[in-house]
Amino acid sequence: MIPTAIFLLVLFVITLTVAAYSTYGERKVAAFMQDRIGPNRAGPFGLLQPLADGAKMFMKEDFVPASANRTLYFLGPAVAMTTALITGVVIPWGDTLQIGDVSIPLQGMDPEIGILFVFAMVGIGVYGIMLGGWASNNKYSLLGAIRAASQMVSYELAMGLSIVALVMMTSTLSLSGIVDYQVEHGWNIIRQPLGFLIFLICAFAETNRSPFDMPECETELVGGFHTEFSSMKLGFYLFSEYVNMFISSAVMATLYFGAYDVPGLANSGWDPNLITIIGVAAMFAKTFFFIFLFMWVRWTLPRFRFDQLMNLGWKGLIPLAIINILLTGGIMLALGQLAT
Amino acid sequence: MSTTNNMSAPGSFVPLTSRGKQVSQKQMSLMERIYIPAILTGLFITIKHFFRLKRPTIQYPEQQRPFSKIYRGMHVLKRDEQGRERCTSCGLCAVACPAEAITMTSGERKKGEVNLYREEKYAVTYEINMLRCIFCGDCEDACPKEAIFLTDRIVESDYLRKPFVFTKEELVEPMDPKKRIDVTKRQTPAVLKFKENKVFAHNR
Repeated sequence: MIPTAIFLLVLFVITLTVAAYSTYGERKVAAFMQDRIGPNRAGPFGLLQPLADGAKMFMKEDFVPASANRTLYFLGPAVAMTTALITGVVIPWGDTLQIGDVSIPLQGMDPEIGILFVFAMVGIGVYGIMLGGWASNNKYSLLGAIRAASQMVSYELAMGLSIVALVMMTSTLSLSGIVDYQVEHGWNIIRQPLGFLIFLICAFAETNRSPFDMPECETELVGGFHTEFSSMKLGFYLFSEYVNMFISSAVMATLYFGAYDVPGLANSGWDPNLITIIGVAAMFAKTFFFIFLFMWVRWTLPRFRFDQLMNLGWKGLIPLAIINILLTGGIMLALGQLAT
Repeated sequence: MSTTNNMSAPGSFVPLTSRGKQVSQKQMSLMERIYIPAILTGLFITIKHFFRLKRPTIQYPEQQRPFSKIYRGMHVLKRDEQGRERCTSCGLCAVACPAEAITMTSGERKKGEVNLYREEKYAVTYEINMLRCIFCGDCEDACPKEAIFLTDRIVESDYLRKPFVFTKEELVEPMDPKKRIDVTKRQTPAVLKFKENKVFAHNR
């Protein structure tokens, strides 16, 4: 019990730190891609920039519009942040760590329905945006919130369907089970390239990242759902986006890239703890790569128009995901792998 | 009705200029419609810039762009070799100033101030409003005493308007010979040659 509590605390701190430094990374990546230098004044190489930003956010006036629904207005950022943080619990960050007699599983919780838990939390995360946008009593906020809601509904569907094919193969919903399957049979990306592509695109939409950042489309909606938010409430919204990015990167690494699995390492005969630590490092490396990919894409692609977004979701990705399911089922049938 | 002959049949394309382009509305091919090749091309372009190490940024306070030799920046009121203020408060600079940025009041040199002011009349106050100044250098041209020069120093920014009215305190160069402001760069050979021409009253 206590090791798990400590692990969760460490995970919490790591999640927040990674999210904070993602904002720094985002600005650096953006700068480099635009031939600039990026933040470099606060501390060496600007490394204290996230702290400066956080301090600034706390110092700002905490403004509540007169016509806002106060309860929901406060609830919005809280829900967004909480759901973003909660998802990290079910992700298998590493194998079991053995210290003396105490074995610490590097996964906060391993429910049978791990992947559904992730989906549920992501689904609730939309409420944060919707509540915030609705409670602001501002047309731009409301438009942003509506966009967020419809976008989530459309893309969650395709995302779920892309997972169905994966679950058919691994025949488990537990995240650690999926990882075990990958340790045994090789990474899922090899068998599910199309599923991964669909999942990746949907992950961009789910985290409201460019090119699908319609809910906060500055050119059309001022600030989108967080137009009326200021101070740390705005900070929470911005921050939860980065936490979401971190978590969905981790989910992608878990589902398609074997999480903490490094091929060939399990049979090397090294100390199990060393293998676990290398595994955790591998997991984070994979996660960071996806965070970088998120940023890379953001500073490359222009934003979709809303109807294009809907077209892509409903007419592109969902049929494709269904085809993927049929293909997977067909191939499994042909190979005689279908569970009876 | 000769004009009707020049008019074309309805529907045919008559270019209004030679630079017009026929708009194409051809359907996108499958490869174009799935976007992915185009997205990969885009990603390749951005990552190329990511690893480009040469950046045009100039880290301003530490690093400055090279100034022109004859840069026209903040003014200086020169002293002569013995440390006496050269300005005699004649007001020609104020008259020459197109932005009306210069104001001054003149006074008479008292006994014992001979080492402070070069001539009997001097500027008691001398103010340049740096917000009005357009740094054209006409004051420098107009000055018969070679007292005012524009230098390669920058007028620093501030939050209020008041500090931009520079008084003699900011403008007159320090007495210390080592801290004198060098204006030789502004005195190009052409200027010096012109100054030798004693036909003009203010060169005498």
